[in-house]
Amino acid sequence: MNGRISKVGLGLIVCFSLLFLQLTRIQVLQVEELADNPENLRSIDRSYEQGRGIVASADGAVLARSVDTPTSNFARLREFPEGELFAHVTGFYSFEYGAEGVERSHNDELAGLTEAQRYDRVSDLFVDRDRTADVTLTLRKDVQDAARAALGPRKGSVVVLDPRTGAIQALWSYPSYDPNLLSSHDTDAVRAAWNQLNEDPNAPMLARSYRERFAPGSTFKVVTAAIAVESGVVTATAPVFPPAASYTPPASTNPIGNFGGEVCGGTLVEVLTVSCNSAFAQMGAELIGPQRMVSSVGGFGFNTALPVDLPAPAVSVVPTAYGAELSTGVYEDSARLAQVAIGQNDVAATPLTMAMVAATIANDGRAMKPHALDRIVARDGKVLTQVEPSLWQRPVSPETAALIRQGMQSVVAQGTATQLAIDGVEVGAKTGTAEVGDGEATNAWVVGYAGTPGQVPSVAFAVIVEADPGIGEQTGGQIAAPIARSVVEAALGAQSGGTG
Amino acid sequence: MGRVRRTTELGLLLLGALIVIGAYALTALGRTASLPANIGPFLGMLVLLFAIGHVAIRKLAPHADGLLLPLAGLLNGLGYVFIARMDTDLAAAQATWSAVGMAGFVVTLVLIRRARNLEHYRYSFAALGILLLLLPSVPVIGQEINGARIWIRVGPMSFQPGEAAKLTLAAFIAGYLVEKRELLALSSKRIGPLYLPDPRHLGPLLAAWGVSLLVMVNQKDLGSSLLFFTLFIVLVWVATGRGVYLLLGVGLFAGGATIAYQLFGHVRDRVTIWLDPWPVAKEEGYQIVEAAFAMADGGLTGTGLGLGDPSRIPANTTDFIFAVVAEELGLLGATALLMAYLLLVGSGLRIALQAENNFDKLLATGLTTLLGVQAFVIIGGVTRVLPLTGVTLPFMSFGGSSLLANYVLLALLVRISDESTRRSSARSVEAVAGDSPTVVVAS
Repeated sequence: MNGRISKVGLGLIVCFSLLFLQLTRIQVLQVEELADNPENLRSIDRSYEQGRGIVASADGAVLARSVDTPTSNFARLREFPEGELFAHVTGFYSFEYGAEGVERSHNDELAGLTEAQRYDRVSDLFVDRDRTADVTLTLRKDVQDAARAALGPRKGSVVVLDPRTGAIQALWSYPSYDPNLLSSHDTDAVRAAWNQLNEDPNAPMLARSYRERFAPGSTFKVVTAAIAVESGVVTATAPVFPPAASYTPPASTNPIGNFGGEVCGGTLVEVLTVSCNSAFAQMGAELIGPQRMVSSVGGFGFNTALPVDLPAPAVSVVPTAYGAELSTGVYEDSARLAQVAIGQNDVAATPLTMAMVAATIANDGRAMKPHALDRIVARDGKVLTQVEPSLWQRPVSPETAALIRQGMQSVVAQGTATQLAIDGVEVGAKTGTAEVGDGEATNAWVVGYAGTPGQVPSVAFAVIVEADPGIGEQTGGQIAAPIARSVVEAALGAQSGGTG
Repeated sequence: MGRVRRTTELGLLLLGALIVIGAYALTALGRTASLPANIGPFLGMLVLLFAIGHVAIRKLAPHADGLLLPLAGLLNGLGYVFIARMDTDLAAAQATWSAVGMAGFVVTLVLIRRARNLEHYRYSFAALGILLLLLPSVPVIGQEINGARIWIRVGPMSFQPGEAAKLTLAAFIAGYLVEKRELLALSSKRIGPLYLPDPRHLGPLLAAWGVSLLVMVNQKDLGSSLLFFTLFIVLVWVATGRGVYLLLGVGLFAGGATIAYQLFGHVRDRVTIWLDPWPVAKEEGYQIVEAAFAMADGGLTGTGLGLGDPSRIPANTTDFIFAVVAEELGLLGATALLMAYLLLVGSGLRIALQAENNFDKLLATGLTTLLGVQAFVIIGGVTRVLPLTGVTLPFMSFGGSSLLANYVLLALLVRISDESTRRSSARSVEAVAGDSPTVVVAS
């Protein structure tokens, strides 16, 4: 019997060895993987204990900070003094639900977890000090305030950025939410707020400015025009599109009509000024063609990830399938391409992408990487990160960009966006109206740029006012342009104030 | 022999007390612990308990193995520190239960002077065991907590009768096997290549096994089910030396597991979570997932006592207390804990090897198997080596029934150890005396 008793012991030793091996796997081999798991909220617990850096706007407003809470179970509370104003940028920071926005993308620096912050000096091995870092954004509270005030309680988005650097200055969407509701120490209240926000049909937690896509409508004609000019099929003087009330694409029987059934035509600048559907539909279907359209839209941020430093931006899309070539220049689905050229069909863009389109034209064809982060500075003053402007891509030449700008300025001077004319400022814009669903309601757009005449414009913008069903047809010039105007004035005022 | 063992025991107890007191003090300094730093009363209580156990062994079982009590004391003490670190109210209850457990230890030593006397009551133990297992299914006193119906409540007291049933069933099987082992070892029936014993002799054993399993499936207590099963198979095999019982056991287990998987949703859930907890990390799998995060946070050396974040771990004073240890003491501390359990298992099996008669051997083996397998099942469940089944971590988890049962188990091992050592040393003295009487005079 003794031999078997010894074997029982041996069996248990084997069992416990398995436990040891598994523990080694969890506690040594998988440490990083488990720490980085999105379900793992332990680093959030730690920062409730140890504090977290400040997130500030470019003009010095505190957007997120940790405050001491001596009477609570937790040592600190994450506070968002501006409430809903920057919620889609800073994101939230929750004990229960993790983090979003800048709180998520720069978590390690804010919490002091990067290698550079942890082991900066030899004494760090022995002395505990405040290792957190502060994040300063390129966004400005004054411009953001102007965007919120101008849009008012209408669903929509306002994006403002500096075309010369890609620095985002305002990123506002309505509706928004108060991130303080999710960082409370009261778990039940946080859960209730989370459920309410998620069940709200207006989706206040959705950053519509960069995570939602909309049909861009006529604002996409800027892209169509730039591709046509850059590829040489259209110049300032040729072709002259014949006056027409509608255009019927090859291999199709459905005509594409002009707004209000008007008859329009002319040179590029002329058809851009009046937003002539028939001319642009023809330009897309017959002059540009599917291959050139599909291969060129990436230069304007379509069908490609926008290199923005905000988490999970939506990808703007242009359809890529247009069927087989039936005869020279005529495709099975030329009708679709004609609609794409005027920003309809399945074209969908985030407001941020459309602001980048305007910025690229404004900056002589150079698309700068869009960014919300300016710098990260450790508590001891050491600069951990300083974002320098960098070129993302260069889809068109300065000459092409200049011609498109000429058209966009004409839109402001005598076209659909005359409300954007500001004395002493060079403003170029393109309005858009996109049908939503069965055409009952429409989204109103305006994209453009503004700046000192004779210089590279310093402001690029995109404004969309989403249609509430039943409101009926809105045109970009009537609805969106006044919003853009007050935001542009605020942005230019901030820049001339010398603080930007 | 006895005196040396007692001195060793005292030394080890002091060492254990020192470790536990040190851990308590460090925990009290930690940032996240909710522990007052007044160490006086705690120190007094701990030393008093260890001292009582030590004196009881000196008086009642002076020749017993000197490792058992210090190891149990160390585990109990560390368990207390971690429970106190989480919840000071539970700590007060656990201190009371530790005292009750130590009382149970002393009373067992007083009442049971020869472990072999228990053999006479084997069928009473069987009946008692089954009765205890059935109690929670009785309406009014039976209680369902966290999906398992394993509690009874009488007045203000809750109790898990299954903990006591483990001991009585172990005593029954040991006694039954001593009586029938030779019959069971004979193979009278041949089925295919296998020689099986006469079913008549196997009957009562299978019946007891079946009833206990049925009751536990009924009460949804998978952990205890697995524990009993292992106990039966191991003891039958140790008693008879017939490998066919191991085969039979594995076969029965596989069959039972398959049927349980088909029939019971909660069994399927456990297996699914075991195989991949990540898709349900926010729902059913959150216990396992949070435990893994905690242990990974601890890493090699741990976050430090009182410096971890164990409030994230569910059931952190009961089933998942091991994850808290692994978080705050790291792989090093967790491994030390594994070693402590292995040493306890080693001591128990050494006692079984040295025991004089077959009943003592089988009882010691059974009790040690219960202890070792229970620790393996719950640590394996927490670390995802096995599907999670809720059993307590012996001597460490919060809970009075478990603590009391384990102290009684410990007392039985101490008793068996004392007897066998006393006899063998008495024999060797006789042998020496027969050879040379002068030596006896000289000594």
